[in-house]
Amino acid sequence: MEFPSGLLYTKDHEWALHSSDDTVTIGITDHAQEALGEIVYVELPKTGRELKEHETFGVVESIKAVSDLYCPVAGTVIEVNSQLTNDPSLINRASYKDGWLIKVKLTDKNSLQGLMNATQYRAFVESLK
Amino acid sequence: MAKRTALYEEHIKAKGKMVEFGGWDMPVQYSGLADEHETCRTKVGLFDVSHMGEVLVKGPGALEYLNELVTNNVSKINDNQAQYTVMCYENGGCVDDLIIHRVASDEFFICVNASNTEKDFDWMKLHAPQGLHVENVSGAYSQIAIQGRFAEKILQKLTPASLHEIKYYWFRKTSVLGEDAIIARTGYTGEDGFEVYLDWNKAPKLWNALLEEGQSCGIKPCGLGARDTLRTEMKFPLYGHEIDQALNPLEAGLGWVVKLDKPKFVGSAALQGLKEKGLMRSLVGLKSLGRAIPRQGYAIEAAGQPIGVVTSGTLSPSLKTGIAIAYVDRKFSRIGTQLDVVVRDQRMPHEIVETPFYKRSY
Repeated sequence: MEFPSGLLYTKDHEWALHSSDDTVTIGITDHAQEALGEIVYVELPKTGRELKEHETFGVVESIKAVSDLYCPVAGTVIEVNSQLTNDPSLINRASYKDGWLIKVKLTDKNSLQGLMNATQYRAFVESLK
Repeated sequence: MAKRTALYEEHIKAKGKMVEFGGWDMPVQYSGLADEHETCRTKVGLFDVSHMGEVLVKGPGALEYLNELVTNNVSKINDNQAQYTVMCYENGGCVDDLIIHRVASDEFFICVNASNTEKDFDWMKLHAPQGLHVENVSGAYSQIAIQGRFAEKILQKLTPASLHEIKYYWFRKTSVLGEDAIIARTGYTGEDGFEVYLDWNKAPKLWNALLEEGQSCGIKPCGLGARDTLRTEMKFPLYGHEIDQALNPLEAGLGWVVKLDKPKFVGSAALQGLKEKGLMRSLVGLKSLGRAIPRQGYAIEAAGQPIGVVTSGTLSPSLKTGIAIAYVDRKFSRIGTQLDVVVRDQRMPHEIVETPFYKRSY
């Protein structure tokens, strides 16, 4: 299972990549995609939507289950991954790369504070076993 | 702690993802739900269903007792024949659905749902006349289902019984790998196949032999996830979804196993009353017209008015589209009717279609 360094993580198994221009790319972790199984449907927000920290912004669905997605930071949606509409299994194949979900423009830098680094998140996932 | 079947170790070895279901630790999937579903539809799948309960009814009066307890007419079946039926409360609500196997005129072997085993057994004991032997034998039997077009070919290698002579919903008391077994041509997938009951401890031996014999046919173990999508594509009811104590078999589309013309049985007066009064709801099959996947509990609307609810919903691996089993107001139950399923506050178009959603081609 992969835990790339340089990403920030939540207890809900989302990851966030903070770029220098305060764009944050958001996705679900390798652990999350594995737990969900084959992802067959994704529902994402429209661009322009203001998201609060920990706000639900969509769902990912496997054949049998629906899981909510929580925004790790406060921000405005500036891009959604349109490739996922036709190929939601991209999330299974490349959850940290092509399977990203949305990009937001950070509206509250403090919302980055509560996130875990890769080492902390790995320890958190281990503790769930 | 959740109970384990005799095949627990085999599931772990096969990397089954274990979940609790009906008080049992069961594999929900192994290689992946979609792959297992496809394997069962196109080749053959192997299922551990040892969590299912079994009740033995034996002695003089067994037939009359059962015929007063269940909705179907048990007197219509012969030795070595099985029958699907419902067992009701006096008010017409469902205790459970079950399969009755007639071993002899005074001996019946009954398969019930895992999570209902205790409740069903208590209900059966409560109604049993003095002296009739009614025994919960769930702990003595493992049950393995082999389902798919190659099921007969594979199982035939392990038993002296001529499987092609066993018709749908018939069974044989015979042997498998030299061990006593009941082989029934029944299943919960919509494919041809068998359900094999045998001594609890002998399950690993049969499981591994079937995997080995079936290897060239592409056999794979299938989990409860695939079992559920397979049965949903067939619109087979599942207790707790399409039927329960508050739902009656007539509205559940199980009128074909409710024989109101036989002598009275538990629930017959209530069911007769419901029929005379006119049924309110219908259990229908819905197909998503978009990408949305309907799920259990989602509301159904017609022109903005609530008219029903989804009881089972999934992405159909065979149809590659969202499907649902749902109760709707009878006025809106005709094939072709377009209805909205409310998915996270959005109205998503669906259409009532013919069921089963899937029909096998052989």
